[in-house]
Amino acid sequence: MAVQIRVEVNGTTYEREVEPRLLLVHWLRDELGLTGTNVGCETSLCGACTVLVDGRAVKSCTQLAVQADGSSITTIEGLQQNGELHPLQQAFWDQHGLQCGYCTPGMILAAADLLAQNPRPSEAEIRAALKGNVCRCTGYHNIVKAVRQAAEQMGGG
Amino acid sequence: MGVIGSSIKRREDPALITGRGRYTDDLSLPGMLHAVIVRSPHAHARIVSIDAAAARAAEGVVAVYDGRDLVPGGEIKGVPTGWLLPDLKVPVHPLLAVDRVRYVGDGVAVVVAESRYAARDAADLVEVEYEPLPAVVDPAKATADGAPRIHDEAPENVAFDWQLGDREKTDAAFAAATKVARLKLRNNRLIPHAVEPRACLADYDPTSGELTLRMTSQNPHVHRLLMHLASMGLPEHKMRIIAPEVGGGFGSKIHHYPDEAITAWCAINLKRPVKWTATRSEANLTDAHGRDHATTAELALDDGGRILGLRVETYAAMGAYLSTFAASVPTYLYGTLLSGQYDIPAIHVHVYGVFTNTTPVDAYRGAGRPEATFVVERLMDAAAEVCGLDPAAIRRRNFVPPEKFPYPTQVALEYDSGNYEPALDKALELAGYDALREAQKAARDDPKKPLIGIGLSSYIEACGLAPSQVVGALGAQAGLWESAKIRVQPSGSVTVYTGSSAHGQGHHTTFAQIVADKLGIDPEQVEVVHGDTEKVQFGMGTYGSRSAAVGGSAIATATDKVVAKARKIAAHLLEAAEEDVVFDPAADGGPAFHVRGVPDKRQGWGDVVLQAYLAHNYPDDLEPGLEETSFYNPSNFVYPFGTHVAVVEIDRETGEVRLARYVAVDDCGNQINPMIVAGQVHGGIAQGVGQALWEQAVYDDSGQLVTGTLLDYAVPRAHNLPSFETDHTVTPCPHNPLGVKGIGEAGTIASPAAVVNAVVDALKPYGVNHLDMPITPEKVWRAIHLKGAL
Amino acid sequence: MFPARFDYHRATTVDDALRLLGEHPGAKLLAGGHSLIPMMKLRLAMPEVLIDVGRVSELKGIEREEGKIYVGALTTHAELAASEVLAAHCPILAEAASKIADPAVRNKGTIGGNVAHADPASDLPAVLVATGAVIHLKGRRQRQVKAADFFTGLLATDLGEDEILTRIEIPDLHGRSGHAGSAYLKYEHPASGYAICGAAAVVKKNADGTCAAASLALNGVSATPFDAARVCRELIGAPLDDAVIRQAVNDHLHVGDPLSDVYASGLYRAELAKVYGRRALRLARDRAR
Repeated sequence: MAVQIRVEVNGTTYEREVEPRLLLVHWLRDELGLTGTNVGCETSLCGACTVLVDGRAVKSCTQLAVQADGSSITTIEGLQQNGELHPLQQAFWDQHGLQCGYCTPGMILAAADLLAQNPRPSEAEIRAALKGNVCRCTGYHNIVKAVRQAAEQMGGG
Repeated sequence: MGVIGSSIKRREDPALITGRGRYTDDLSLPGMLHAVIVRSPHAHARIVSIDAAAARAAEGVVAVYDGRDLVPGGEIKGVPTGWLLPDLKVPVHPLLAVDRVRYVGDGVAVVVAESRYAARDAADLVEVEYEPLPAVVDPAKATADGAPRIHDEAPENVAFDWQLGDREKTDAAFAAATKVARLKLRNNRLIPHAVEPRACLADYDPTSGELTLRMTSQNPHVHRLLMHLASMGLPEHKMRIIAPEVGGGFGSKIHHYPDEAITAWCAINLKRPVKWTATRSEANLTDAHGRDHATTAELALDDGGRILGLRVETYAAMGAYLSTFAASVPTYLYGTLLSGQYDIPAIHVHVYGVFTNTTPVDAYRGAGRPEATFVVERLMDAAAEVCGLDPAAIRRRNFVPPEKFPYPTQVALEYDSGNYEPALDKALELAGYDALREAQKAARDDPKKPLIGIGLSSYIEACGLAPSQVVGALGAQAGLWESAKIRVQPSGSVTVYTGSSAHGQGHHTTFAQIVADKLGIDPEQVEVVHGDTEKVQFGMGTYGSRSAAVGGSAIATATDKVVAKARKIAAHLLEAAEEDVVFDPAADGGPAFHVRGVPDKRQGWGDVVLQAYLAHNYPDDLEPGLEETSFYNPSNFVYPFGTHVAVVEIDRETGEVRLARYVAVDDCGNQINPMIVAGQVHGGIAQGVGQALWEQAVYDDSGQLVTGTLLDYAVPRAHNLPSFETDHTVTPCPHNPLGVKGIGEAGTIASPAAVVNAVVDALKPYGVNHLDMPITPEKVWRAIHLKGAL
Repeated sequence: MFPARFDYHRATTVDDALRLLGEHPGAKLLAGGHSLIPMMKLRLAMPEVLIDVGRVSELKGIEREEGKIYVGALTTHAELAASEVLAAHCPILAEAASKIADPAVRNKGTIGGNVAHADPASDLPAVLVATGAVIHLKGRRQRQVKAADFFTGLLATDLGEDEILTRIEIPDLHGRSGHAGSAYLKYEHPASGYAICGAAAVVKKNADGTCAAASLALNGVSATPFDAARVCRELIGAPLDDAVIRQAVNDHLHVGDPLSDVYASGLYRAELAKVYGRRALRLARDRAR
């Protein structure tokens, strides 16, 4: 029993039939080929699959594709504007905020939600906001620095 | 400052921050099928029957195989182990269990279907009848009378019984001692938990007989060799293994597991590409775990706190089968490190490697060295207490002094270099040690304040694995050199082919820095290629903090060979004797050769390179082209060291522990890219703090892994760590061309002891002398309120 | 990671959802999905029919009328945490919501789904008990159940299979009868983020500083929210100094059959209940005016 959905992803509208049980992350990865969104756990606790749904960070492994019907999604592939890196992307690069890179798309999008809600987060607020995103490489040290840099560049500071 | 030593930004990042990095599971091929492996829910059981009829009939299913299908001739070609000890018991490890399962997660069947969802659905339909057998999960109990026998080949469940050092001399030291510090330690079992689960995509071309296997690998060539030996029956030259982007490994992606071989076998058999990706639960059940030691350790001292001897007995879990490097980890990567930074005149260590009905145990970040450091550094704190000395003072008193290097230890290593006191001093200064002790005192007297604890860990590691002759003599079934090929294109750009296969370490950047620095060219002119057996000549991979020290040295050596050849060409062009021509990579106007003492008589690097390919005006006895290969075999391990200081705050009422500060001073010799070095330290610290405070693979008595998902297995998260305070000293390695040591594992090696020492230090007023990791709040609360009663 | 097959129906109204529930006995309601989908991924839940109520607008929103606050079942934890109405009139609910899991989970998880799932380690149930909330249910008829009666056991509630949790009614803590202080404190599991112990306290003071009313409920320590009513009875009329609170908690907060697992034993949880209960009462007292 396939269900018709209409979802805007990174500015492009897709109308597709999906099986109801298909997770949003599988739809993005396997049907749309947007493999920047990763899967790191199966208990909704690692955050590697974080995307923005209608501007807010969401774990795309904990949403069915059918639930996303009518929404607007931004994945890591859609974060650049006019070929320019988003300040968070730039800051993760500048501050060595990634090593293996697997958690990075989710981490950046979680941080994007934070900065949208709170443009001047303290270190404690940054750490609290990223608690749902596991990084096994960086010890979070440089991720925190990166988010601070991005906040400054985006005018919060 | 040259290109070496500068914190240039990573070249791998633009792809990774934009979602363009391609990890194994991101890849697809036309006609691709998906495999799901059916796994044992029992820790130990006889397989009575497997009925796959319903699964085969399910929608989208292409095939279902069990262990007998994989061994049509009857001969079980198992997964090999790569390190042999004398009298090591090596049980057969079939790709899929044939008659018995030995841990929860042991594979029993594989379902191959048109989609992941269909394969997963059908896996539920495979009916396996088991006859459960009693299980044993605790290494300290595995050798007891009446313990269930896991393998017929190992009647007492003992894989090996291994000793190092001088028992008599050590006994004599204890007889002479006036003070003895003694601890019983449990080194908790850990799950590596790289955020990317293991995965592979196998593609077989029946016309050429070639298998291409893309997989999450830290060492594609090693995997190719092991796959060849294991199972495939394919010659090495018909197997191409590619490691695409790899999402962290920490050791777990070194080893050869059954799963990738099963997937390859399916692809060969079905003549269609097959992909397998572990779910997180599956990864946590099957990725080789780390640590899991039960140890008794004693330190003999004189009245002045000087160490006389060290005695250690350890039961190390191997899990249900011997994984790739399993036997080396609790022996040559552990016993050899027990001298720490100290001048210890007598050491004896006795290790029993024991089988348990658990996931196999193998190298996990640090591999043996965190366990050794934990023993030594916990004992040093216990000894300080016994001797009435400050923890810093007793360490200082026993350091191997700088004039004693090279220092032969009592446990088979020769430390090539070291200067331990400056690192300790720097760490104490950075931490503000004296002020911390004052604050601790004040907090103790004020019941409203949290308790403060300060913990030191002065660690050493032997890494840069490894001199091949040495490890060969100790049982390695491989050499541990590394290879590099430097290809200089006619236009002067350079391609580096390295056997060090990165998975987050930044090889594209640091390796380019080495070449750029030596040749005086822009790093952007250097491309680094790794992770593909068809592109790279050979390689041993990335683990054991070996990439800079061994892989980097190979690159440096190969680059030197390139320069040496170019010098011959330059000499010809300059009409000078070769020995009179020098290369100046930093010359004004760009890198150039010139006649010694006559800087104006020069040939620019670019002209020489071009001439190597034109060969128009060229020495008669020289082949054209500019491409050199080096297989660099180190003459010794490298010995990074340092001192870390952890500061914890403890809630007296609940026992909750907060890591308030963490100071790390490390000496990894010369640094190629300090930004990347610091990043490695940060990540290592976090993993070690995780071991100390949160992480543990817990099995119940029936052998169920009860902390198998992130709901129960607590990896460090951003909100429970502070920012770290790091610094370094520089004691270059004397025996490799770059003077570099390793840094990938240092943080993980040092930090568990630092944190536990800090907690125990905080609890001193309560008479606590040890708590096992992970130090949960409940353990602390019991120590404070119930005198540790359970 | 791959849920089993199910049939999917999207409800447009509560009545539509009730009709679908009637047509598909055993069907599960899908709101934010943050309790249900994790179970489905592990195939611990394999419903044959899902009824998606996520777009039912009558289940959304936070409203205040006549001294009560009505929170629609589909209100997300993030909306609770950011609600100005709650900040002004029931800050403890916002405070607890801000401590649930992580921001991404809070952006999708809903109060209705959370409460209906009734995880003993979840944060909101104790808050609802401590504030005296009332759960509104709609089936063939509408009915209202006190939060204290709604949670009936481990993952079990009074919600019928043919009913929908529509909204939650919460007293105005800062209403005409004074400005009660409230606090939710939490000791979270380092892996799951769920409460090992969560303490929700509401304290109302008399003009002389003595206790006019108090309530305390705890998460994580027992199968259903632990209502420490005996402690609170002791406090009424008493001066609310630390010693009094300590004494009342020590004497009267006894969790009978505490939850226990590999991370925290029952003995320890019972002690945590006292410490966190005490601290939550103190903080609530300090916030009362």
